[in-house]
Amino acid sequence: MMQTTRRSVLGAAGAALVAPRLASAQARASTLRFVPQANLSNIDPVWSTAVVVRNHGLMIYDTLYGLGADFQPKPQMAAGHEISDEGRRWTITLRPGLRFHDGTPVLARDCVASIARWSKRDVLGQRLDGLLDGMRAIDDTRFEIRMKKAWPGLAFALGKPSANICAIMPERVAQTDPFQQIQDFTGSGPFRFLRDEFRAGDRVLYAKFDGYESRNEPTDFLAGGKPVHFDRVEWQIMPDPSTAAAALQNNEVDWWETPLADLLPLLRRNRDIAVEMISSAGNLGVLRFNFLHPPFDNVAVRRAILPALDQRAFMDAAIGTDPEMSRVPAGAFTPGMPLANDAGLEVLSGPRNLAAAQRALRESGYAGQRVAMLSGTDIPILQNLSVVAADLLQRIGFNVELQAMDWGTHIQRRTNRGPVEQGGWSAFCTTWEGFDVSVPGSHQPIRGHGSAAWAGWPTIPRLEELREAWFEAPDLAAEKRIAEEMQRVAWQEVPFIPLGQVLPRMAHRRSITGLVKGGPALFWGVRRA
Amino acid sequence: MFAYIVRRVLATIPVMAIVALFVFSLLYIAPGDPAAVIAGDQATPDDVERIRASLGLDRPYLVRFGAWVWDIARGDLGVSIFTNLPVSTMIQQRIEPTLSLMVVTLILAISIAIPMGVLAAQRQGTWIDRAVMGFAVLGFSVPVFVVGYMLAYIFALELDWLPVQGYTPFSRGFWPWLENLILPAVALGSVYIALIARITRATMLEVLQQDYIRTARAKGVNQSGILFLHALKNAAVPVITIIGIGLAGLIGGAVVTESVFAIPGLGRLTVDAILRRDYPVIQGVVLLFSFVYVLVNLAIDLAYTLFDPRIRY
Repeated sequence: MMQTTRRSVLGAAGAALVAPRLASAQARASTLRFVPQANLSNIDPVWSTAVVVRNHGLMIYDTLYGLGADFQPKPQMAAGHEISDEGRRWTITLRPGLRFHDGTPVLARDCVASIARWSKRDVLGQRLDGLLDGMRAIDDTRFEIRMKKAWPGLAFALGKPSANICAIMPERVAQTDPFQQIQDFTGSGPFRFLRDEFRAGDRVLYAKFDGYESRNEPTDFLAGGKPVHFDRVEWQIMPDPSTAAAALQNNEVDWWETPLADLLPLLRRNRDIAVEMISSAGNLGVLRFNFLHPPFDNVAVRRAILPALDQRAFMDAAIGTDPEMSRVPAGAFTPGMPLANDAGLEVLSGPRNLAAAQRALRESGYAGQRVAMLSGTDIPILQNLSVVAADLLQRIGFNVELQAMDWGTHIQRRTNRGPVEQGGWSAFCTTWEGFDVSVPGSHQPIRGHGSAAWAGWPTIPRLEELREAWFEAPDLAAEKRIAEEMQRVAWQEVPFIPLGQVLPRMAHRRSITGLVKGGPALFWGVRRA
Repeated sequence: MFAYIVRRVLATIPVMAIVALFVFSLLYIAPGDPAAVIAGDQATPDDVERIRASLGLDRPYLVRFGAWVWDIARGDLGVSIFTNLPVSTMIQQRIEPTLSLMVVTLILAISIAIPMGVLAAQRQGTWIDRAVMGFAVLGFSVPVFVVGYMLAYIFALELDWLPVQGYTPFSRGFWPWLENLILPAVALGSVYIALIARITRATMLEVLQQDYIRTARAKGVNQSGILFLHALKNAAVPVITIIGIGLAGLIGGAVVTESVFAIPGLGRLTVDAILRRDYPVIQGVVLLFSFVYVLVNLAIDLAYTLFDPRIRY
């Protein structure tokens, strides 16, 4: 019989005290704790264009194609495709073993329904919708897309990471009205969304999907293998940057997506924390004009700003003076991406000349009309860009009124097409995710289709012609030529002025390795060292 | 007394109705459009209109208000425009952290502030009195978020005694629950402690001048008996009033504290909803807050009877 001694009792008591901590430590080891850039305000990546919703979508849904690190589309859920009928008919074959989170196989009809829903909301999807002659499942693993004319960029559209992504959902879910949110979150990606544990504004939880059939290839940004090394990923919403910084330093979280530039020196001083650039696309700052009313309905007034605009000043205000955090000069297309070019870029990269801008404004016919510059105060980068822009316009000679408001009001105000006296606006600053403005197809600021265009509503037929030509460009060389021409037209017509490329950093504990570089925070390939 | 309570509870109905009308009207005329937020930058005006119609935001004011009031009368606070979750579910998820924060803050504040105020009154003019009053000035003048950051820096980052942020539900144990609340409660309670301490001191100074205190002293009652049995009880009514008023301040202060310490409470829910124009959530939370405030006032009125036998309802 075992004898009970004081030592054994103390040992048992000690073990009882330590056991929960060990269990907690083990749970922590298999859970990745992540602070996203914003609150996950809704959970349907086809219904919403928010970047954080797109990131959520990339976790729980897979896509037919995925961009590689070279930003070229590669088959992902698709095994491959055949193009026939002079490029108008695509037959896409699914790779074997694909399953939804409820265990049912991914079938061709699921893909057809998913593409149909996506094509009503996404800008490139709408292009497909306009071209579509028919789409049907041939059998369980093959489906065809017939178009009225060839579109070589279809694979790019189906695999692009910019919102909205073409998320593959079960047919029953994808049949939801595209203007209504889905209620069933059965996904096709490497993570399952744990809806029962979801607390909006606080926690978003994901579990590894054991039935995910990863490609047997190295991870290649959004293409290739998507191996998952954590049982759970926990998004912790932290509205306050200082709190997120402290939590990262205190090892309460592993990874922070968007550390404030001001806090980076503090984080860099901590030997356990790495600060690095993950998304090479970053964000493009944009100064946008209202084409419907004076003074910016006058192209000479818009052009007058160019000689004095200093992109470096905008970037310093937006993200700090560290030159690695931003890139100038930036043209109309995202620097570092295949279509970035320097056609006519000297209008922004040459020596700055305030006197020339003032002279150009005097000669433009500007009659001192009030310029209402909208500024969203709850997004620091945008507020800083707006303040610099207002100051610049004032120095050039504009009669500027900087109107500060919260982002919710800002978004509504800029839908107002009336003159300034009736609540309208003249200009505002914003940023576009680099992927969006990397190609003409999804580049909203460079479009010129009048009343249907993005806020500002420019009518510039030449830009629309060139965009149309881009869709039909046979190769990258042709795409580049078109992009160069679009950029030249942009300097002439000035639908917007690029303010520089913001290159935000992410911060993570050094114990976290294998972060996939190229774009947003991705959770495959990541492991704890 | 029972009839009084019933009358007061019934009186909350018109108050709530006025609050409901006010909140709904304010949101109706306020700038911002959730449909535009949802639609995003790529949407056409038609897309925005379709979303607005699907949310029922294109209906006339009276129709929307009527439908909302009818839903509330049936106990349905509606569904969040953005998360598609019932507002009641979102409130349920958030009420425990806010309630916990307020309870811990209240206990902490009362247990520190009242002895401080009594001590300062008893030692009027000494360095103790000046120290207490100095602390009170600091408590009033240093913003809650500054106190919060300082506490997090010292006790979490430097000393590693407490976590920086987050909330652990009470169901996972008392200590895990409490350790997440200590720093936020101290930060949030700093103003509250200052307020209660000052009022306690001022009221006690007045009470300590009364004839019956001199009589008690003459009868040989010891100092602590005079202070806590005779004087404090008579000084309690203004202090309770201040505690009640301060509770409303706690609700407001919780918004900042919950953001600084990443506590998923009702304060953060409200701010997030306002920024996104999530009307059903804003309306639901404001109604809840106003209801709580009315109940707190009722509780304070009832508490008067415990300390002052002259008060009867």
